[in-house]
Amino acid sequence: MKLNPVALSVFIFFFLLITVLGFVAARWRRGNLNELAEWGLAGRRFGTVVTWFLLGGDLYTAYTFVAVPGAVFAQGALGFFAVPYTVLVYPIIFILMPKFWSVCKEHGYVTAADFVRGRFGSKGLGLAVAFTGILATLPYIALQLFGIEVAIQVLGFPVEISLIVAFLILAAYTYTSGLRAPAMIAMVKDIMVLIVVFVAIIYIPIRLGGFAHIFAAAGAYVKANKAAFPSFVGITLTPKFFLAYSTLALGSAFALFLYPHALTSVLSSNSREVVKRNTALLPIYSLMLGLLALLGYMALALPKPPATGNGAVVTLISSLFPTWFAGFALAAISIGALVPAAVMSIAAANLFTRNIYKEYFRPNATTQEEAQVAKLVSLVVKLGALLFILFVPTAQIIQFQLLGGVWIIQTLPPVFIGLFTNWFNRWALLIGWAAGMIVGTLMAFAGIISGTAKVLSSVYALGGILMYAAVWSVLLNIILCIVLTPIFEAIGAKRGTDETSASDYEAPLVEPKEVGREALG
Amino acid sequence: MVSRSRKGRSWLLWLLIIPFIALLIPQFYNYSTPTFIGIPFFYWYQLLWIIITAILTAAIYLLGA
Repeated sequence: MKLNPVALSVFIFFFLLITVLGFVAARWRRGNLNELAEWGLAGRRFGTVVTWFLLGGDLYTAYTFVAVPGAVFAQGALGFFAVPYTVLVYPIIFILMPKFWSVCKEHGYVTAADFVRGRFGSKGLGLAVAFTGILATLPYIALQLFGIEVAIQVLGFPVEISLIVAFLILAAYTYTSGLRAPAMIAMVKDIMVLIVVFVAIIYIPIRLGGFAHIFAAAGAYVKANKAAFPSFVGITLTPKFFLAYSTLALGSAFALFLYPHALTSVLSSNSREVVKRNTALLPIYSLMLGLLALLGYMALALPKPPATGNGAVVTLISSLFPTWFAGFALAAISIGALVPAAVMSIAAANLFTRNIYKEYFRPNATTQEEAQVAKLVSLVVKLGALLFILFVPTAQIIQFQLLGGVWIIQTLPPVFIGLFTNWFNRWALLIGWAAGMIVGTLMAFAGIISGTAKVLSSVYALGGILMYAAVWSVLLNIILCIVLTPIFEAIGAKRGTDETSASDYEAPLVEPKEVGREALG
Repeated sequence: MVSRSRKGRSWLLWLLIIPFIALLIPQFYNYSTPTFIGIPFFYWYQLLWIIITAILTAAIYLLGA
């Protein structure tokens, strides 16, 4: 790919803009950044508008621009599961997140692991949840970094250099500003992304001759090159994949809000009602994701389609847009990946510092020390993600996020079900968690281990039934929790103390009303 | 200050089951026709449900569940 000076300069201009904003963000609503809560949750002060952008910013990531269109490109209708996935997220968060917000506010919990430890009186369980949160975030961050790599590659840069530069920018300003950096940039990013999406959705289909032609051409191209598309299911599904499709959607929907970074976004808003309000506002992002997914087919309808799904959107951009807009669009995609990468690494750092470092190594750490450790850990986490890209096959990058989902969904029994009842015995929960982790991981890596596949596989067949590995494994997890709880009770395994009470999960009787400037966040 | 009564209209939350039923049974919508501006039914049906679910959750929020 040749280096295009116009595209490159536009791209660099927007990156500089972001860098400046990142450093300015440190000034905004200044709190004592050295306090972990300040750094990690921006002092819980964000209002509706900002929370909307931040939550939405989480949704619009390299997943949206690279992974999903790539999945549709390579797998056809099966790749579209991302749409029902994001639709089903809303009812789930609408019901669960206000409860989570309330109980965390009441007890000063900053992470899911805090909550689990308080609810079930089990440090071990808290540790398991913290560990899972950090682990699951790694492939997700890796996916974001990969998205930047793909965007910059199209500009003509050698891959390694661009990846390292982007990584350094990200590391530098999250280190100094914590959650505020991503928030401010999320607004800029969302505006850029919105512009790119609207142009893409309107301009590209027209350029390519309308949707009817796009679907026809895409279908024809795949048919003519069957060997290059082994995973392509069809423009519509075949019955064999019905359950795979719904479990991919359902499993991903439950998994999304178990991620530390999603919970961080929820906890950083200043009221339970803001969380609820935003769930009604988020669908516009879903709609964009759905339309962007169709770019996978548009790439197939190009005169010269790219070789792999990962390059679908960037190839469309570089071949159909004027160079200055291509630079802008690629910057939007890259910045779009930087923000969630930052938020995710901060969330993972919070988890480690509070629930592993402070819990097991230095119980007497000062809040200053906690903040320092968190900053360092967020860097280490990013490095871990970098290693993931370098050493795990990236041909179908959506598999990275699906792998993260397999892991994080194992925290569903203590974190989500725990919001409703503390009936489960903590030992049963631990065993269920461990079993789910092992089985889920084996399923995902089965193809690679047996040598029959070159990439991770998120769907696994048991008894001829094909389902998302996360759903198989969490079902096992839940069954074990249910079966083992009475057994452990019977043998007298001590129940932990639940420090929460039923009213903690409900709205307080009086809600502070959000006023004008406060609402702007 | 806004006060919220505890006595909820919590039955409204059950309405949230609807999107699950509409979307988790692909047998219902796995068709290419009828198309909408050239987009096969399978795709525009799901996109439409984004909008319906949004309206549903907004309605439930405003009705005060």
